[in-house]
Amino acid sequence: MTALRGLRKARWAKYVLPVTAVVAAALLPFFRPPLDGFLDDCILALIFVAMALGLNLIVGFAGLLDLGYVAFYAFGATAVGWWASNHFGGFNGDGLHIGVSSFTESQPGIHVNFLLLLIGAILICALAGAIIGLPTLRLRGDYIAIVTLAFGEIVGRFMQNGDEVTVFNDYALSNGRESIAPVDQIDLPFLDQFDSALNLRPYYWTMLGIVLVVLFVNLRVRDSRLGRAWVALREDEVAAASMGVPLVKTKLTAYAVGGAIGGLAGCFYGAYLGSVNANQFQFGFSILILAMVILGGLGSIWGVVLGAIALTFVNYRLIPDVLDQGAVNDLKNDLGLSFTFSEVAFGIFGFVLVLMMVMRPQGLLPERRRQIELTEGTEESVFEARI
Amino acid sequence: MALLELEDVHTFYGNIEALKGISITVEEGEIVTLIGSNGAGKSTTLRSISGLTPPGQGSIRFDGKEIAETAPQDIVRMGISQSPEGRHCFQRMTVRENLDLGAYLRRDGDVSGDMERVFELFPRLKERERQKAGTMSGGEQQMLAIGRALMADPKLLLLDEPSMGIAPILVERIYETIAEINRQGTTILLVEQNANFALGVSKRGYVLETGTVALGDESAALRDNPEVQRAYLGA
Repeated sequence: MTALRGLRKARWAKYVLPVTAVVAAALLPFFRPPLDGFLDDCILALIFVAMALGLNLIVGFAGLLDLGYVAFYAFGATAVGWWASNHFGGFNGDGLHIGVSSFTESQPGIHVNFLLLLIGAILICALAGAIIGLPTLRLRGDYIAIVTLAFGEIVGRFMQNGDEVTVFNDYALSNGRESIAPVDQIDLPFLDQFDSALNLRPYYWTMLGIVLVVLFVNLRVRDSRLGRAWVALREDEVAAASMGVPLVKTKLTAYAVGGAIGGLAGCFYGAYLGSVNANQFQFGFSILILAMVILGGLGSIWGVVLGAIALTFVNYRLIPDVLDQGAVNDLKNDLGLSFTFSEVAFGIFGFVLVLMMVMRPQGLLPERRRQIELTEGTEESVFEARI
Repeated sequence: MALLELEDVHTFYGNIEALKGISITVEEGEIVTLIGSNGAGKSTTLRSISGLTPPGQGSIRFDGKEIAETAPQDIVRMGISQSPEGRHCFQRMTVRENLDLGAYLRRDGDVSGDMERVFELFPRLKERERQKAGTMSGGEQQMLAIGRALMADPKLLLLDEPSMGIAPILVERIYETIAEINRQGTTILLVEQNANFALGVSKRGYVLETGTVALGDESAALRDNPEVQRAYLGA
């Protein structure tokens, strides 16, 4: 009897924390005004959680170091820029409108419903992920990192210089460093069109929903056949191949699924920011996401969630709102130092990472396997094992 | 018809021709040994068969079907599984997780029954079921690698240097088990530098030298061959 109760308790206990966290997250906007800086940071945190979870599939599960993850953000955001703005102004006379509100319908250009955009971004990025995966199939370790890095750079440069490339009778491919703006506010079926100038709550809940879907996919995949194949590949490629794990298919699906999640989050991010420009698609973005994954614990789903939230708040609240203002800023000025902490943000990240590597190398909430490795100390270093 | 037939197999690593026309056969139910020194092409032969390094030229027939251009996972599915050189256990996974991955492609049949069989063959693995592979000794890891290959329920088991870097007492035990696996009906192709044990357990053997078959005979005859004794048996 007591044993049975113990079992039930254990089974319950597993769900208590995640369910509480989700409920708390869902109720959070009611405790804040509709237009609120903190809520804004929370939305960003959710976007980065989704991004980091996507990258975690590639780097954490499958062990393929991807330094060009920004490419998927770029694709997702560009989908919004192209198909939910006035960018293609005179297209088709009055424009092309698919499932959008009456206000948006009056705008020229191509305007597609946000849900369709999300699906489109997922498909495009899954394909792009598989394409970037192809040249890396014959590579290992650092070389994969370099190829993916180059891929991210190519996409970024392409968007930067896209303003000089014209398609469909004189429409620029992108606006380069100028923004494609404004981008349509999100418009979901059965709901009024969102308005980020008045109320952030709908954005928050939408992104929370997306994060939950991504989390669900992550958890399911981790325990699936495919997830086991990824981990086997990461742990020992030769052994995995000997066991009959199809290397090509397994690697490409890792890139495709991870990329699709990046595109999904990127699509929302583009719509939320309301503008799309090439400055957003820089190498530093890939590193930021990777830092979140490493900070949280490579391969650990809940760790990565935590890492993403932590670094988002360091980046978007601690640095601009705390360090660059008030007492710290005064102290800095008194010392005669003339810089802003925002300018040295990467230095701060680097410092945080170094601190982490010294004090808690396995990440905030490490994956079970990694924790054991680091405490028992086998001869492999994290990076030899992981890349 | 032989279970496995290699005919004039040439395998390349880039421009280097590691196998220069190997022809060997393995009959159903046999243990066949490939012996030879470093670089003779023993492991490459196994890798050619399992599809990890597909041959550039020549034919490999398994059960009458041509598999020289078949993908590794399909070869495993057809019934050839390999315990790779250097064991390659999943270091950070438990013994049980390793064995589970050995059955990765199986959707049919009695996986848990096969795991029991592996535990019967290697009781040591049962004792360490929940231990990380990386924390076990070389001999235990070798047992695990063989057991993992058995989890695919193969018709033909490829073993690459099961005695490498293992205490002599464990080598003896592993070879007893190899003989037992064969008695239970699995055909085995064995690669060894340690020719003594290998020729003791096998029916026939081939001597490889720089990518070619130098000699092929009954194991007993090979053991008596003065050339083989001098080169591989340390006599």
